[in-house]
Amino acid sequence: MQDFAEPFRLALALVTAGDADLFEIIALSLRVSLLAMAIACVLGLPLGALLAVTRFPGRSVVLVLVNALMGLPPVVVGLIVYLYLSRSGPFGWLGLLYTPTAMIIAQVILITPIIAALSRQVLEDLHTEYAEQFRSLSVPRRTVISALVWDGRYSLLTVALAGFGRAVAEVGAVIIVGGNIDHLTRVMTTAIALETSKGDLALALALGFVLLVIALTVNGLVMALRLTAGRHVHA
Amino acid sequence: MSMHEPARQMNLSHSRESADTPRLPSLLPIRANGVVLEIDGNRLVDAIDLELSADKLTVLMGPNGAGKSLLLRLMHGLVAPSAGKITFDGLAMSDEVRRRQAMVFQRPVLLRRSVAANVDFALKIRRHASPAERDKLLDLVGLLDRAKQPARALSGGEQQRLALARALATEPDVLFLDEPTASLDPHSIELIEQIVLLAHRQGTKVIFVTHDVGQGRRLADEVVFLHLGRLVEQTPAKRFFSDPASREGKAYLEGKLVL
Ligand SMILES: Nc1ncnc2c1ncn2[C@@H]1O[C@H](COP(=O)(O)OP(=O)(O)OP(=O)(O)O)[C@@H](O)[C@H]1O
Ligand SMILES: [Mg+2]
Repeated sequence: MQDFAEPFRLALALVTAGDADLFEIIALSLRVSLLAMAIACVLGLPLGALLAVTRFPGRSVVLVLVNALMGLPPVVVGLIVYLYLSRSGPFGWLGLLYTPTAMIIAQVILITPIIAALSRQVLEDLHTEYAEQFRSLSVPRRTVISALVWDGRYSLLTVALAGFGRAVAEVGAVIIVGGNIDHLTRVMTTAIALETSKGDLALALALGFVLLVIALTVNGLVMALRLTAGRHVHA
Repeated sequence: MSMHEPARQMNLSHSRESADTPRLPSLLPIRANGVVLEIDGNRLVDAIDLELSADKLTVLMGPNGAGKSLLLRLMHGLVAPSAGKITFDGLAMSDEVRRRQAMVFQRPVLLRRSVAANVDFALKIRRHASPAERDKLLDLVGLLDRAKQPARALSGGEQQRLALARALATEPDVLFLDEPTASLDPHSIELIEQIVLLAHRQGTKVIFVTHDVGQGRRLADEVVFLHLGRLVEQTPAKRFFSDPASREGKAYLEGKLVL
């Protein structure tokens, strides 16, 4: 067992020294996961909203499916994306394997069901509350959806964050499709996995702490936003 | 105009009487024929026959659980009757018909937005919202100085007043009010009654649910009395409050009728 304070000191040293490699890794992590989250929101939110306010035959089957997809094992997603993008796969000609784009694709597949399922729940609860009033006012369907999304925006922000959290902490899929290539596809989680396997626990832990700090910061920011904005409009 | 100077001379409608809009068919009389509502085998509204004419302000009374709120929901097209039918000047319920009705629910549901935005929302659904129109409505219910506050932070009585402003924003031809003054202070009750009477005088058909006998006396032209989901009597107000036709109506006024 190493000195437990050692990783703290090393992490601090790396950060304060403005270590270029470290910041490159952090920046790529954030870029990949934020983009994946944004795309997953663009896809998942409308799907969740539609599932929240419409009734159609087979809806419960779709709900079960989307909910089940929330638990997709990252390595399986990584493997499937790998097969599609590998040189002999159907999309091999795009040359995307071992690029950040491949990592984003894998993460979008992983977190879109999370965004869809959680936003469906948020919006459906709100809709249950508003439905009769909306019917009384004869609110058109499109306005119903936009009103639900607007009034549920703080909860939806939390949903987006859950997606981001899953993406930024995920290692199984990005390591398969990204390959953990230094200066190209190495992100925090894959770097941690590598350093750990090399036995460099101190550096792995240091990166782990940085990852934790990032997660805490992002969540703290959202919480602060929710509190200040919520005090004015939410109640 | 402020809360202290009641709404007597105010004009509630803004665009309705412009000369080039074609006259819509009146939604009146409202007729119910053998209307039944059953939920899970329980007959909650039982064979109601009813005719509500344009000129009378109707007050709906009856003990808790009599079916008053359900009858309003039926007439507003929020639930479909299990049997029988309701017509509006001969028209069946439709989106078109419902659009010309408004309802203030017993428990108003307000959007998670500011007071002003709640009124804007209703205004925008009907036509172009103007801040002046919105402010006029908020002033009418005495909430203009609360315009920027979150609607959900209003007191219960203020929420009911906001719900009324929102209903009026749609310029309804028929206005259903489900105990809109149940949690209001005497001053606000007076204010709401003024607004309701004004709407009535300007040609809106008002159907008003209340438990308050004094309020019924002040507002009603006629009283529709329900008990156990059945229409027990429909009587001119003067007569109902002095000498109700039914045993149940009499017992209710004496404070002896329970469901
Ligand atoms: N969705 C529903 N499912 C089952 N029962 C219902 C439903 N809505 C109302 N009821 C029942 O129907 C009866 C009439 O309800 P309603 O709300 O119309 O009463 P009310 O006359 O408005 O009473 P109150 O004066 O307390 O508001 C009640 O016994 C109630 O429990
Ligand atoms: Mg009721």
